[in-house]
Amino acid sequence: MNGAGLGRPELIALLPIIVLSATAVGVLLAIAFRREHAWIFRLTLAGLAATLLAVVPAASIGPLPVTALLRIDGYALFFISLFCVSGATVAAFARDYLQHRAEQPEEFYLLLLTALLGAAVLAASAHFASFFLGLETISISLFPLIAYAYRDERALEAATKYLVLSGVASGFLLFGMALVYSETGALAFGNAPHAAVTLIVKAGGVLILVGVGFKLSFFPFHLWTADIYQGAPAPVTALLATVSKGAVFAVLLRYGIDAALVRLPMSEAVLGVLAGASMLVGNLAALRQENLKRLLAYSSIAHMGYLLLAVIAMQRSGAVLASETLAFYLTAYTVTTLAAFGAIAALSPADREAETLGDYAGLFWSRPAMAALLTMSLLSLAGIPLTAGFIGKFYLFTAASHAGLWPLLGLFVIGSGLGLYYYLRVVFAMAGGSASGDEPAGAGTAVLTLCARTALAFLGLSITLLGVLPSSLMDFLALAASR
Amino acid sequence: MLAALIAILFAGGVLAWVGERAGPDAPRWIALAAITLDGLLLVPYFGRAFAPTDGAWLAEIAAPWIPRFGIGFHLALDGLSLLLAALTVLLGGAAVAVSWTEIRSRVGFFHCNLLWTLAGVLGVFLAIDLFLFFVFWEVMIVPMALLISIWGHEDRAAAAMKFFLFTQVSGLLMLLAIIVLVLMHHENTGAYTFDYVDLLQAELGGDAAFWLMLGFFIAFAVKLPAVPFHTWLPDAHTQAPTGGSVILAGVLLKTGAYGLIRFVLPLFPEAAANFAPVAMGLGVTGILYGGWLAFGQDDMKRLIAYTSVSHMGFVLVGVFAWNEQGVQGAVMTMLAHGISASALFMLAGGLQERLHTRDMRRMGRLWSEVPRMAAIALFFSVAALGLPGLANFVGEFLALQGAFRVSAATTALAALGLVVAPVYSLILMQRVFQGERREALALSDCGARELVAFGMLMLATLWLGLYPQPALTISQWALAPSLAATAVDEDTQP
Repeated sequence: MNGAGLGRPELIALLPIIVLSATAVGVLLAIAFRREHAWIFRLTLAGLAATLLAVVPAASIGPLPVTALLRIDGYALFFISLFCVSGATVAAFARDYLQHRAEQPEEFYLLLLTALLGAAVLAASAHFASFFLGLETISISLFPLIAYAYRDERALEAATKYLVLSGVASGFLLFGMALVYSETGALAFGNAPHAAVTLIVKAGGVLILVGVGFKLSFFPFHLWTADIYQGAPAPVTALLATVSKGAVFAVLLRYGIDAALVRLPMSEAVLGVLAGASMLVGNLAALRQENLKRLLAYSSIAHMGYLLLAVIAMQRSGAVLASETLAFYLTAYTVTTLAAFGAIAALSPADREAETLGDYAGLFWSRPAMAALLTMSLLSLAGIPLTAGFIGKFYLFTAASHAGLWPLLGLFVIGSGLGLYYYLRVVFAMAGGSASGDEPAGAGTAVLTLCARTALAFLGLSITLLGVLPSSLMDFLALAASR
Repeated sequence: MLAALIAILFAGGVLAWVGERAGPDAPRWIALAAITLDGLLLVPYFGRAFAPTDGAWLAEIAAPWIPRFGIGFHLALDGLSLLLAALTVLLGGAAVAVSWTEIRSRVGFFHCNLLWTLAGVLGVFLAIDLFLFFVFWEVMIVPMALLISIWGHEDRAAAAMKFFLFTQVSGLLMLLAIIVLVLMHHENTGAYTFDYVDLLQAELGGDAAFWLMLGFFIAFAVKLPAVPFHTWLPDAHTQAPTGGSVILAGVLLKTGAYGLIRFVLPLFPEAAANFAPVAMGLGVTGILYGGWLAFGQDDMKRLIAYTSVSHMGFVLVGVFAWNEQGVQGAVMTMLAHGISASALFMLAGGLQERLHTRDMRRMGRLWSEVPRMAAIALFFSVAALGLPGLANFVGEFLALQGAFRVSAATTALAALGLVVAPVYSLILMQRVFQGERREALALSDCGARELVAFGMLMLATLWLGLYPQPALTISQWALAPSLAATAVDEDTQP
C-alpha cells in the first residue's frame, strides 16, 4: 500500500476508525485485567462516544481518499456515526439482557466493537479489498455473538447456519470479485469498466450479487433470516438487522455511485425482479407468523426489497435523490428496528425471550410506555405518518416515481398493505386484554436499568422526531452529500 | 388560531389519558371541555363566512415544514371547512355524551383516542398542503382503529383490521398520486411544492390527469364509501362502540366527500368531468343497493350502516354533477346525514346498552317501554327518509336538482332512492318500537344527559331543514370560486 500518502489530514480523516479500533483493543485488555460487567460496559460507551467526537474533526477535512482502500466523505462519516449510535443502544440493551443470562458477558462488548469496526470500514470502503475485509470483520464478529447464549440449542443452530451460509456467500463474493478483476484489472470501485462488459464481467457481477444478496437476505437468498433472527439473542438480532445490513447498503450506495457495472440493463432487470419478489415473499411469509422475532425477520426481507427500489432508481435517474432516499430510509429503518428489538429484549423474562404474540397480550395496560414504544416502531415499519418510517416511504415513493418504476411501485403498495396487516395484528394483540384479567402472562416482569430506559426513550424520540421534523436529517444529508 | 383548534384536541387527549388517575369522570369532563373550547373558537369565523369572500380564506396560517420538497404546514379555513369543522365539534360532543355510561374500562385512553381522531379529522378539513392533508388523513385512522379494536363488540379485531386496511391501502394510492402530481408540476415549473393553491395551476396531460384523478378518487370513494369499496363499513360501524360509530358515520365518512369536493374536481376538472358518468353511476348504484341491503338486515346497527351507503350515494351524485345545486346539495346531505346517522347510532347504542343486543328480532313494542327514545327515533327516521322540513330533504333535493341538469336518466334512478328510504326507515321503526313484544323487559328511558345530546342534534336538523339559507350561503361563497374556475371546462363538454 502507498503508506507514504498517509499524512496528517489523512490521519484526521481516519480518526473515527482509529478511535474505534483503539476502543476494541482497550476493551480487550481491560477484560484481561479486570473482568467486571459494568466497567467494561462503561468503557465501551466511552469509546463509542469518543468515536462520535472524532467524526467532527474528520468532517471538517472534506472528502478525502485515504489510501486506495478507503474514502472518507460525508456519507461515510454519516454512516459511521449512525452505526456508533446503534452500537451504543445495542450495548445498552445488552447490559440488562446479559446481566442474568450470560456467565461471562464482557466479551460481548468486544465483539460488538469489532462488528462496528467492520461496519465503519464498509461505510468508507472504495475498493473491493476493503469491502471484503469489512464484511468479514462483521460476519466473524457476528458468529460468536449469535451463539453467545451457547447453552441454548437454538442459538447454536442459528450461529452454525449463519457461519456456513455466510462462508458460502463470502466465497461467491470473492470469486465474483476475482472474475471482475481478471477482466478489468482494477479493484477500486471508481475504476470499473466503461467499455468492455464481457460475459465474464457479467458473471462476476452476478456472483457479487449473490454474495451481497445473502448478507442482505433478499429473495431468493432469504431462507436463513427467520431462523437466525429467532435464534440469536434479541440485542444481537438488533445488531444483525440494522448495522450489518446497513453497512452493506452503504457499500452499495458507494458502488452504485462510482461503478458503471450496476448500470447495465441486465442488472436493472435482475434487481427489479429480486426487489419485487422480496417484497412479496417477505410480506406473505410474515402474514401467518405468531412469533414476533420471525415476523420482524420476514418483514426485514420486505424492507430490503423496498430499499433495492432506491438502488434501481439510482441507476435510472441519478444518484442525488436516490442516495438521499437510501440514507434516510436506512436511518429510519435502523432506529425503528432497534426500538422493536430493544423492546423485545427489555420485555423478555430472565429464562426465555418474549417472542410469541401471546407474550404481548394486554401490554398496553401492564406496561403502557413499552407498549407505546413498540406500537410506534411497528407503525413506523408500516409507514404511518408522524413516524420516521413514513418519511422513508415517502422518499422511496418519490425516488421511484421520479425514475418511473411503476410495476415495482404497484408491488410496493401491495406489500405495504400486507405489511399493515401483520404489524397491526401485533398492535391489536397488545391492545386486547388478556383473558386472565389484567395480568399478562410472561411480559412485564423484567426490570430495566436507567441505561436501557434511556436508550429506548432515545429511540422513541428519534422515531417521532424524524417523522415530525424530518428536515433536521434531510439538511444533514444534503450537507453530507455536498462534502 | 387554526393550529390551536387541532392542538387543543390533541393536548386534551393527552390530558384525558393522564387525568384518568383523578377518577373515571375526569377524562369525560376534560374531553367535553376541549371540544367545547374548540366549538367556541369556531364561532367568530361564522360572522365572516356570510360575506362574499372571492375565494379568499377566512383564516390561514402557513409555515415551512420540509423545505427540501416544498412542504409547508399550511392550514386554511373557508366556508366548507367551517361547516364541517362545526359538524365535527357537535358530533364530538355527542360522542362523549353517549359514551358517558357505555365506556367503563380504560376511560382515559378511550377519550384520548376519541379526541385524537377528532384532531385528525379537523386537520383533514383544514390542511391545504397536500402532504399535510395526507398526514392527517392517515393519522386519524390509527386512533379510530384502536377505538374499534379495544372497546368494540364481539368481532372487533377483524372489523378494525378491515377498516384500517381499506383506508390505508387506498390512501397509499392517493399518496402516490400526490407525489406524481408534484413531480409533474416540478418538471413543468422547476419547483417542488405540495401547496394546493400552487398545484391548482399544474398543467397535466389527459392520460396522466386521469390516472392521478383515479388515485385520489379511489381513496375518497373508499372513505365515502362508494359501492364497490363499501364492504368495510358495515363491519366497522357494527363493531365500534357507540361513540366510535357516531364519529365514523358522522364525521369520518364526510372526509371522503370533502376530499372529492376540495381536491378531485378542482385539481383535475377535465378528467373528473369525463369520469363523472361512471362516478354518478356508482352513486346511483350505492343509493339503491345500500337501501336494498339495509332493508334486509336484522342487526340494527348494520341496518343504519347500510343506510349510510345509500345516503352517501346522493353525495357522490351531487358532487359529480359539479354545478351549484349539486355540490350544495352534497354539502347539505353531508351535514344532515352526519347528524341523523349519528343520532340513529346513538339510539342503537343506547338500546344495546339496555338490552345487550342489536338483533331486531329480539326487539319489538319498545315504544311503551322507552317512549322518549321511540319518539326521538321516529324523528330521526323520518329525517333520514327525507321528510320535507328536515335537513336531509333539502340536501337530497338539491343534489337531485343539480344532477338533473346533467343527466335526467341518472336523476330518475337516483330519485328512486327516495322511495327506498321510507321502506328501510319505517321497517326499523316497526320492528323495534312496534309490533309484538318478544321478551319481558324493564328498561330505563333516556336520561337528561341523553336528552340534551339528542335535543341539540334535533335542533340542528330542524334548523337546517326549515331555514337552510345560512348554511347554503356559507357553502356557496366557499364553493363559488372553484366552480367558476372550472366552469369553462364544463361548458366545453358535449
